Amino acid sequence: MITLERISKRYPPDMTALTDVSAEIAAGELVTIVGHSGAGKSTLLKLIPAIERPTAGTVLVNGQNVGALSARAMPFLRRNIGLVFQDQKLLFDRSALANVLLPLEIVGFPHKEAQRRAEAALDKVGLLKRARALPIALSGGEQQRLAIARAVVHRPGLLIADEPTAYLDAETARDVAAIFMEFHRVGVTVLVATYDDSLFPGARRLRLDHGRLA
Amino acid sequence: MNWLRNQWQACRLALSRLAAAPVNTLLSVLGIGIALALPAGGHLLLDHVAALGKGAAAAPQLTVFMSVEAERKAALDIEARLLGRPDVAQTELLEREATLKRMKASDGLADVIGALPKNPFPDAIVVTLADESPAALENLAAEARKWPRVEQVQIDADWAHRLAAFVRLARTGVLLLATLLGLGLITITFNTIRLQVLTRQTEVEVSRLLGATDAFIRRPFLWYGALLGLLGGMAAWLIVAGATLWLRLPVAELAQLYGLELMLALPTAKATGILLGAAAGLGWLGAALSMRQQLANSR
Repeated sequence: MITLERISKRYPPDMTALTDVSAEIAAGELVTIVGHSGAGKSTLLKLIPAIERPTAGTVLVNGQNVGALSARAMPFLRRNIGLVFQDQKLLFDRSALANVLLPLEIVGFPHKEAQRRAEAALDKVGLLKRARALPIALSGGEQQRLAIARAVVHRPGLLIADEPTAYLDAETARDVAAIFMEFHRVGVTVLVATYDDSLFPGARRLRLDHGRLA
Repeated sequence: MNWLRNQWQACRLALSRLAAAPVNTLLSVLGIGIALALPAGGHLLLDHVAALGKGAAAAPQLTVFMSVEAERKAALDIEARLLGRPDVAQTELLEREATLKRMKASDGLADVIGALPKNPFPDAIVVTLADESPAALENLAAEARKWPRVEQVQIDADWAHRLAAFVRLARTGVLLLATLLGLGLITITFNTIRLQVLTRQTEVEVSRLLGATDAFIRRPFLWYGALLGLLGGMAAWLIVAGATLWLRLPVAELAQLYGLELMLALPTAKATGILLGAAAGLGWLGAALSMRQQLANSR
């Protein structure tokens, strides 16, 4: 599903984030990316939905060369990917439900059907009772689960998460990790950058060290 | 169906954003309203002024005044001479005795005229021309002034021509004003939308990451601009309508003193439609220009 061919990423003037990284991730796989802070985990994840473009090498997603994608085609690549960010990127001026509705509105779902699906996604992460709450009123763990609900509501084939358990206490981190495991079990390809991959038993591990695969 | 749903959704979002910051919205609407009220009101006023001149300008006439000492025969000769010309359609001789009688009948003048030792009015001939152009009028007037016993030739539609020329000039002025203030409206919405995008930077960024097209991101902002323009247009209409009702009586009274009938009327349905349409369109255009810049910057 994802092929990384000799990827390098440099930021001007002379900061090298990734050097000669090659990897293959099959559909339905659960893969964790581990490594020290600054090892290049976030950069690697950002290359897949074309948030960043590689300086050298190619990124193929479903056979499509992501680095060469036009601005016009970009939205349609991203619609098949669920993204959970380190800083969550929730919209604080609208309710939890409205946050989860956004990806469906973007795709152009009929309102009633979207409403039903968004509620189902909130239910899956245990937030249905907080649907009307503003994100600011949610705890850290709840905000993270809300971000996950938004990432999966449009049923993407690929779920990418950058340190989804970073700021959570041990118990909440386990709950959140369990949600990812569940998506993996129903066939979604899951790619998680994490400092603690013991939360994801059975995952294949890619270890990054100073921008190189170790 | 999908398109309609998308538009409706964006429209609702824009409305909720306008309602969420009522003071900002009100100030923007007022700014646009005042800017549009000036050309809209000017246009309305000129329509009324132009209508004043219409009746007179339709039938250009000359009046040839004989000298007071001239005998009736001289006036008849002149009339015959006028009728002999191909450019004259019709003449009417106003005999001085009849004029005196008519003037004596009007209020206030009777005493004055009665006190005069002799009839002060000359014979006069009112001439209607076949050719209505101002040049033909001037031509005939210049010629008639040289005829014997003719004291004065007056072009009756003169003031109407001057008025028409003034209205043409003023219309150009209003058009210039409308263009400038229209550009002003575009600038107002351009900046309002720029600020909107800045405060909604996260929303734009997140939408992009979730796979939103530029069209999707742009849509609510375009509606916002168009609705702001439309509300501004409505404010302009209210200002113009309010001013019209307020000035109606004093203007009518003033006009009456000059023997004119001028009753200010509210903007017609067509004028209202053009005002509101132009306001919404310009608001949309300002938003579109702003979004083009913002989206290019944030890529």
